[in-house]
Amino acid sequence: MVPLVAFQVLSAALFAIGLYGVMARRSAVLIVMSIELMLNAVNINLIAAASHLDGMGKWANFDGQIIAIFIITVAAAEVGLGMAIILRMYRNRSTVNVDEINLMKW
Amino acid sequence: MSWFLFIILAFFTLAGGLGVVVTRNVVHAALFLLVSLVAVAGLYLILFAEFLALVQVLIYGGAIIIVLLFAIMLTRTAEYPYISDNKQWPLAAVAAAAVGVVLGAAFLDSNIPETSPNSPAFADLANSLFTTWAIPFEVASLVLLVALIGAIIIARTGEDNR
Repeated sequence: MVPLVAFQVLSAALFAIGLYGVMARRSAVLIVMSIELMLNAVNINLIAAASHLDGMGKWANFDGQIIAIFIITVAAAEVGLGMAIILRMYRNRSTVNVDEINLMKW
Repeated sequence: MSWFLFIILAFFTLAGGLGVVVTRNVVHAALFLLVSLVAVAGLYLILFAEFLALVQVLIYGGAIIIVLLFAIMLTRTAEYPYISDNKQWPLAAVAAAAVGVVLGAAFLDSNIPETSPNSPAFADLANSLFTTWAIPFEVASLVLLVALIGAIIIARTGEDNR
């Protein structure tokens, strides 16, 4: 039986990898992919907690799994909208590199 | 047995994630992301969350990867096979490693009493979703609708808006 802490450490590592991608990448598409990695890290954490802590104190009824379903829903909406914005950005500026989109930079 | 599966799936999850953030080729990054997401679905199966594993493969493996690949193809530039990172990438690596170490240390330090992994029946999950969580569920459907309409309006070419 794999203890809860193994899943938590895995999710921390995946979150750190995604965070590095968000900070280091230039292409907006790759930044969206890194955000997906971070959302998945959170989902691993929630589902591991939901299945290891059932019926203990206030962690009951597998609420973690329900919240993970909502996170997946919001991630799908986010990717759809994000890709539309990236397509528009590419059409207007012919680039998807976020450091060249500096029209509103002071 | 469970440890064996966990180690294999954790390896694929982390290797796919690292592939996404270090590869020079955008299409390879999307395929590495697919490896990572499917391995995460396997982790959900170890945790007995079979509904979530199914949803993960359907939505992430099916829909999101396809949308990302479409975006890559539609925004193709000459530099896509050999993209570069920001100049501050060493600082980003240090910051991300620091966040990972702090999170991992916090998790290792907290010893929450835990039960052996178990799972609700589908019926219990559906009951909870449609009673306790009914209003967030409806709000989520509204979020999806608004996001889709917004995506259509933003991505439209704009020649036919009289």
